Amino acid sequence: MTKTEIPPGVDAGPSREPVTRRRLAGKPARATAGSGRLAALLVSPTLLVLSIVVIYPTLMALKESLYGPKGLDPATGFISDTEPFVALKNYADIFGAAGERFWNAFWNTTFFTVVTVGLETVIGVAMALIMHKAFRGRGFVRAGILIPWAVPTAISGLLWRWIFNSDGVANALIGHQILWTTEGFHAKVAVIVAEVWKTAPFIGLLVLAGLQVIPKEVYEAARLDGARPPRQFWHITLPLVKPALLVAVLFRCMDALRMFDLPYILVGAQKHSVETLSMLAQNEASNVRFGPASAYAVLLFLYVFLIALAFVRLLGADLVGEGAARRRKKAGRRRMEVTA
Amino acid sequence: MTTTLTAKTTAISTRTTPVTAKWRSGLLYASVVAVVACCLAPFYWMLVSSLRRTSDIFDTSLVPSPVSFENYRAVFDPAQGFGRALLNSLVVAGVTTVLALVLATFTAYAMARLEFRGKRLILTLVIATSMFPVVSIVVPLLKLFTDVGWINTYQALIVPSMSFALPLAVWNLTTFFRQMPDELEHAAMVDGCTRGQAFRKVIIPLAAPGIFTTAIITFIAAWNEFLIALSMTNKPDMQTAPVAISKFTGATTYETPFGSQMAAGVLVTVPLVVMVLLFQRRIVAGLTAGAAK
Repeated sequence: MTKTEIPPGVDAGPSREPVTRRRLAGKPARATAGSGRLAALLVSPTLLVLSIVVIYPTLMALKESLYGPKGLDPATGFISDTEPFVALKNYADIFGAAGERFWNAFWNTTFFTVVTVGLETVIGVAMALIMHKAFRGRGFVRAGILIPWAVPTAISGLLWRWIFNSDGVANALIGHQILWTTEGFHAKVAVIVAEVWKTAPFIGLLVLAGLQVIPKEVYEAARLDGARPPRQFWHITLPLVKPALLVAVLFRCMDALRMFDLPYILVGAQKHSVETLSMLAQNEASNVRFGPASAYAVLLFLYVFLIALAFVRLLGADLVGEGAARRRKKAGRRRMEVTA
Repeated sequence: MTTTLTAKTTAISTRTTPVTAKWRSGLLYASVVAVVACCLAPFYWMLVSSLRRTSDIFDTSLVPSPVSFENYRAVFDPAQGFGRALLNSLVVAGVTTVLALVLATFTAYAMARLEFRGKRLILTLVIATSMFPVVSIVVPLLKLFTDVGWINTYQALIVPSMSFALPLAVWNLTTFFRQMPDELEHAAMVDGCTRGQAFRKVIIPLAAPGIFTTAIITFIAAWNEFLIALSMTNKPDMQTAPVAISKFTGATTYETPFGSQMAAGVLVTVPLVVMVLLFQRRIVAGLTAGAAK
């Protein structure tokens, strides 16, 4: 072995070793050789499975996006068995022939993400503040707000489709006849309402957990200094709950960007006003147009990746939680139970 | 110092009269009830609708009258194949959960306890995969599975499900193992256990509640999956429950069978609701472990 030994205590940060090797082998650095081998043994099955179900398909999608559809060859009239290599044509089409549908899906996806996550954050924080104040019946509240989370999205799509039916309860309540589940802006509204119902309580739950680890003394001190509740909220609650909130919002964004079930069931496939990028890619794939489908999937993947990167870089979302874990270890491993 | 502080606090807190305090707590509990009601109302509507007769399905009264189980009988009509769909869901979600848990327990233990190079990278990778758009793995896998003739098989549903179930389980269990004190294994090892024995005889039994919590969360995620199940099946016998329900057809082609859809929806959701009610404390702890640092 010609590998240079890394002295103990040095973090295995950016080393010049190829990434794949480090990822697969998990070579020991500061621990004993035995524990390193044990780690490799314990971690490798997971890495193997993730390589098969995530990394390999991603690479396949990249490759596939460069190929055209197989089928009737106009020149010979025969069905060709192989897919022709078309290089970047699938991507070029996005700026030309297939562009309209792609950009519509892109803007729908973006619109849904921004609006739903925005509303969910505001409503979720409000819910968390209410729940944090209430001492009795906390178990009841928790169970209640977990129900929307537990209802399968597909089922909640059907449920809201029923509510938004032309003879449904939504129209009965507003005393208006709106065809919610047909094309148009109201279809977008229906999707947003259903999505916010399902996930705002979840954000509320995560924020509540964040609120519960803020020590009471901080508020006491602020009150002594004469800070009124709104000021306390802006200057104490929000900054202290920010790490938890940021992670929750990031995860919600990623989830909203890949939204599929809800618009697919609530309004339907190939509906212009609610078609998202996931729906577009799935629709193309189910019509055996794997090339364009892969191109859409790759673009969605890049979009998700860029947003995640922006969160981590610009807003400093601590995803891995390693920093916090280390701090916690130093602080005597005391961890507040958030379940109280 | 301390005494003045306490005195001051009492002075401030007594500024609000008992009457306004009462009003305030009343308002607070009213808003708590409102929050819970908002969360439960649509679910309640599903339940109520499922208990109506087909003839008064468009009724908007809050209680069904008369209560009818017609829709539930319609759901189990063999033509709908709902029983089979439930079984498929159970097999897919169950196997996915078990496989993900077994692999994740080992990995999470290594992540929480052992120091090795590339740990941070692996953890980042695991989290990154959990945020992945499922459709970008479904498209190539659909093509691959079509080529090898795996469409309409359990493995075609289980393998892609690992892409979200495994990261979820690893993430959850890692935070859980981190909360357990190191001293436990050290003591076992001092008493002559090897690391493997300490893991098997001390850690696993003590971690059982955490593993159980992770199992519930993973199972719910797998049970709720729709996109993979929709893409990888085209035969009604192999559809999972959410897909089967979304494809229910009524007596006539133009009519959506909302009654039986709601009844089936209730049946698919009730096991999850029961789990949530029984284990809400644990589930919340599991879900928030990552967020509240």
